[in-house]
Amino acid sequence: MSKKAATQSSTAKEAHPAKKQGGVMNAILIPLLAVITALIIGAILILVTEKTVVNAWLHFFDNPGAALKLTWKSVSTAYGAMLEGALNPGGIVKGIGVALRGGGTQDLAVAMVPLAESLTQSVPYIFAGLAVAFAFQGGLFNIGGEGQMLVGALCSVYVGFKVTGLPWAIHLPLALLAGLAGSALWAMIVGALKAYTGAHEVINTIMMNWIAISLSTWLLKVGGPMARPDVPVTPPVLESAWIPRLFTTPGNRFHLGFFLALFVVWLVWWLLYKSTLGFQIRMVGANPKAAKYSGVNVKRLWIIIMGISGSLAGLAGTVQTLAVDRWVGVGFSSGMGFDAIALALLGKNHPVGVLMAALLFGTLKNGATRMQSVAQIPVDIITIVIALVIVFIAAPEIIRTLYRLRKGSISEGPVFTKGWGS
Amino acid sequence: MTATTLSSTAAGSYAARRERRKIIGYGIFFLLMALAIYLFFVRNSAADMISTFVLNPTTKEKVIKLSNWVLPTRSTLLFLAVVTTALGLYQVARGFKRVVPVLGLVSLLFVFAFLVWAVRGKSINLLGIFIFTVSAATPIAFGAMSGVMCERSGVVNIAIEGMMLTGAMMAVIFASITGSLWMGLVAAMIASGILGVFLAIMAIHFRVDQIIAGTAINIFALGITSFISQRFLQPNPALNSGGVFSKVAIPGLSQIPIIGPTFFNQTPIVYILFIIIIAIHFMLFYTRWGLRTRAVGEHPKAADTLGVNVFKVRYINVIIGGMIAGVGGAYFTIGSVGRFDEAITAGKGFIGLAAMIFGRWSPIGSYGASLIFGFSDALQARLQVLGKSQVPIPSEWLLILPYLVTMVVLAGVVGRTVAPAADGKPYVKG
Repeated sequence: MSKKAATQSSTAKEAHPAKKQGGVMNAILIPLLAVITALIIGAILILVTEKTVVNAWLHFFDNPGAALKLTWKSVSTAYGAMLEGALNPGGIVKGIGVALRGGGTQDLAVAMVPLAESLTQSVPYIFAGLAVAFAFQGGLFNIGGEGQMLVGALCSVYVGFKVTGLPWAIHLPLALLAGLAGSALWAMIVGALKAYTGAHEVINTIMMNWIAISLSTWLLKVGGPMARPDVPVTPPVLESAWIPRLFTTPGNRFHLGFFLALFVVWLVWWLLYKSTLGFQIRMVGANPKAAKYSGVNVKRLWIIIMGISGSLAGLAGTVQTLAVDRWVGVGFSSGMGFDAIALALLGKNHPVGVLMAALLFGTLKNGATRMQSVAQIPVDIITIVIALVIVFIAAPEIIRTLYRLRKGSISEGPVFTKGWGS
Repeated sequence: MTATTLSSTAAGSYAARRERRKIIGYGIFFLLMALAIYLFFVRNSAADMISTFVLNPTTKEKVIKLSNWVLPTRSTLLFLAVVTTALGLYQVARGFKRVVPVLGLVSLLFVFAFLVWAVRGKSINLLGIFIFTVSAATPIAFGAMSGVMCERSGVVNIAIEGMMLTGAMMAVIFASITGSLWMGLVAAMIASGILGVFLAIMAIHFRVDQIIAGTAINIFALGITSFISQRFLQPNPALNSGGVFSKVAIPGLSQIPIIGPTFFNQTPIVYILFIIIIAIHFMLFYTRWGLRTRAVGEHPKAADTLGVNVFKVRYINVIIGGMIAGVGGAYFTIGSVGRFDEAITAGKGFIGLAAMIFGRWSPIGSYGASLIFGFSDALQARLQVLGKSQVPIPSEWLLILPYLVTMVVLAGVVGRTVAPAADGKPYVKG
């Protein structure tokens, strides 16, 4: 039954060639322009908060050259540091040169570290973005990524340091599974509340975030149930539960989890577009009433969607801890749950789109760290850029007007239950 | 014909069975509460213990003095357990006509039992809890009022949290620069009003999904406040010390026992809240503007047909809603602690939304709901002061209380309330 319905829906899609044509622009050009515009506004923000630049502009007519020069210097220092910290293209070119001249690959390996770090930082973004996108596809808005990540990380780290004497092949999957199960259950509470009482998931996921944060501060405070006796962090994860890193260059933390993330991207794609469950999920997302009348158990599905979405967010925390940090401290997941919303929107809720967006965000975030140390610009500039990206993606008309693009179809964003009931 | 009657009686009996099961379910819940009072509280208190509730303010104020409320711990708890059991038994046997008020009463009895047990052998200033309740409820109530303003006109405002955060920061910065707390308040209103304009443009003009638009504003507010905090406030602490509104006692009213110190000896921001609540209530239900707002929120098309400018009404309401949220945000800084910290609002904007839902989109009901959430906050703070020997619960667990109460209340209430019919739906003219 579902296969037939699936083919029907695909033919229905082909019946609108006009929409498909606009799709290419929507999928690539608009997100690209959205990110660029957001970065430009970020640059303006950097400028107006820089005293010397503002002063120079106040005396623009005395010395216009100085004002422009200072402006350029300020922006180029900031974004230059970002580029260097994120990708280090100059270093890589130099390293290749050295390697070609027979100077060994040592320099190149060192020069590759920023790029590897960008990929590493993308990994949690991939999972968290998939979590939000998956829930969006089912018509649910999961802002609880923050709490789910935390719960997932805590569960897997607990298995990671508490269970001893297991070989790697058993211990690591066990730790991953614990994280998956914990975060899935955590999120399913919200799904069940929506299904059986109609309480909206947005408020409940936010409340669950704060509950998770409070619980984690209790678990992790000095002398707490999961903390070391002297510092407010968990004991280190045993080596048998590590996700292995792939390079030995110092500072290069690129790990196997990246490939797990790619696999999960495929898995989510398969689940959404090739499985019966995924078809039902998208049906519920498109129109829960219609789904109900066609025999789908919407309530059960809401719980399942929240469970899967939560476990994806949990993976973000789990993989990050088992591969990179190898312990959990207080305030571990700050902001990731919110960034994930931008990822899902930027990737148009498609797994591959989310992957691309996550690679971009990982790079930006990695570069921003460098920007903070070189140009003293707070990392939070990235949060602002992310918020702007959400605005521009959600209201593509702004971008279309700014860049005089052809008008597209209105209202292509995800549709949620209106009001606060179910 | 017989077949139809048969099936209809079968359906009837099915519905009746379900109804019956629900009634008994409530009864069992009440009985469980009674059992919990007995197991956790009665059995964990000695016979000779006494719980004292102080009803006078600790500070020197002119209030008509009341004698302390002294209760024998164990017998009071037993009495509470018996009353709760009786309510439960009646519910199982006959069923109350309206079960929700009884549910509220049982919750109240349970909370009271918990308090009696927690202060066994000691004393607690109950009035202090009430005073703290009102101040903790204030930002929540501002959030709820902002929500009422927006949602009555059909725009979901989930950005209250972000508006409050921005308001909190702007208030302290401008109060520090100008040296005037009132300028800080105005700055908070303007800043969050601007965010209201953004929300309105996105939700009304661009017809963006309102939850996404609100989330974008929340993230933006989080980013910009942290950015400014790190770039300006941390290097110059002088910018982050605007002072705090001092409490102003309203002559006469503040001398009423309990109510006086609780409601009428607060900071001016709390009085502004009272004025706003009354104003919104009056304007919403007794003026032309209110009728239009409600019409636009329920059936914009009909309102439009009758010549109401749907967009204008929504723009005005959302912007005013934003400004109200800003005042609530100012309460976090210049209303209580006097300085801004990152993410100082700690989810209170969302709790305000829950209060609005619990209060059925009415200003006065929302304030009542805010008081409940504020009470859970106050309780949590007071229990921490009592210490581990009295309440063997980690303080971090107590911190969860307000959020947990929000979730429970939302779960219990949301199915019974009806949002404005056009809430969250962008209006397309024509």
